[in-house]
Amino acid sequence: MIAIIDYKMGNLRSVAKAFELVGAEVEVTAAKTKLRKAKALVLPGVGAFAAGMKNLRALKLIPEITDAVAEGKPFLGICLGMQLLLTESEEHGRHKGLNFIPGKVVRFRSNLKIPHMGWNTIEKIQNKNSVGAALAPARILNGVKDGSYFYFVHSYYVKPKGSNVILAKTEYGQKFACVIGKDNVYGIQFHPEKSSDLGMKILRNFCKMCGEINS
Amino acid sequence: MLAKRIIPCLDVKDGRVVKGINFLNLRDAGDPVEQAAMYSREGADEVVFLDITASHEHRKTMLEVVKRTAEEVFIPFTVGGGIKTLADMEIILRKGADKVSVNTAAVKKPQLIKQGSRKFGNQCIVVAIDAKQKLSAISHKPLAKQWEVYVYGGRNPTGIDVLEWAKKVEQLGAGEILLTSMDRDGTQVGYDLELTKAVSEAVRIPVIASGGAGNLPHLYDGLFQGKADAVLAASIFHYGTYTIGQAKQYLRRRGLAMRR
Repeated sequence: MIAIIDYKMGNLRSVAKAFELVGAEVEVTAAKTKLRKAKALVLPGVGAFAAGMKNLRALKLIPEITDAVAEGKPFLGICLGMQLLLTESEEHGRHKGLNFIPGKVVRFRSNLKIPHMGWNTIEKIQNKNSVGAALAPARILNGVKDGSYFYFVHSYYVKPKGSNVILAKTEYGQKFACVIGKDNVYGIQFHPEKSSDLGMKILRNFCKMCGEINS
Repeated sequence: MLAKRIIPCLDVKDGRVVKGINFLNLRDAGDPVEQAAMYSREGADEVVFLDITASHEHRKTMLEVVKRTAEEVFIPFTVGGGIKTLADMEIILRKGADKVSVNTAAVKKPQLIKQGSRKFGNQCIVVAIDAKQKLSAISHKPLAKQWEVYVYGGRNPTGIDVLEWAKKVEQLGAGEILLTSMDRDGTQVGYDLELTKAVSEAVRIPVIASGGAGNLPHLYDGLFQGKADAVLAASIFHYGTYTIGQAKQYLRRRGLAMRR
């Protein structure tokens, strides 16, 4: 079972349905017993960074998910959920994140329209110093070609400290990390659950990597 | 490169798709979820549902449509029509819509845009603007580059200037503007390119052009001359005049980035 962390940040339903479509058993939950039982945790979410952290804190979920990550449980953050993985964000002030992946969340500073909204292409980054063979992060993009389109909606983007965690980049005024992975922690800036067939492919890869589905 | 978007719009009444001509004469055209799924398969980049009678009637049926769409369609979708409060926004977003579009309520209470964007994120809040060219009080001829905001499904003028309003909604936190030309809506003679360009250049949030598309060159003009980020169309896709795939192929041939 894959647990989708219900921290009241919207959009959880479509994520759950997309995982079901690729064959996973899904629970949308904030219950600790269920989070413990899950093969993997997914933190989706749309909304403001500070509100996301506030909700995680109010539901007392931070120690729980921090332990799960430390134990090696696969953890996927999508959109806001990805940004929360970083150390801090400058969205409406300065706010601390979960710090699973060192780095910052910053606002686009270009003369292009904000939010960066719509379908954009990704460029895969080949990392040489990859981690554990069983969960090599790049596998999350198996079968996804360079130049594939995914659906983005965001005004802030992540700037991880080490470039070796970047699995793919997208260009919008400048290049930014759109898929990151470090050990058992993954972040995706675009919305796989809204990116039609290719988005499903990524969710299927994640489910395979955490043993939720076989083929 | 960020692609331009093609967004079919489904006008929904009592849970069924209808087609609007100048917002009045309506014709039944099927199940909204089925249609949205079909458009997604054809390569639509997003889908918009406008609950066109929601300002006057109850909206439970629409919530059921939203829920089913979220379960069956895996591209973004926006729901608009009759959204008056933060609570209205929340229930639609919780049912699985990606964005909500506000029109009349935003004009009556602009703080709704601010509160909604703070609570749900700017990207969730689309402000729909129904624009009509102003006429000279003396000659009754259209006044160049002057448009007025209309509300209540295009029935009531507000006296508000469209460009001023567009800038204001951006300031208040709108993530996107859905700009409909009342003069062109349902006419199939093409988007109001002057209006679209003027609004696109006045704000730094994405603008969706709407109202008047009748053929593929119209879509191109809206995106290229009108500088819109996306085009909304109903009739040309609805009755099978063109498929989304044909439209994209056409626009790609003319040099625009379109998702494959």
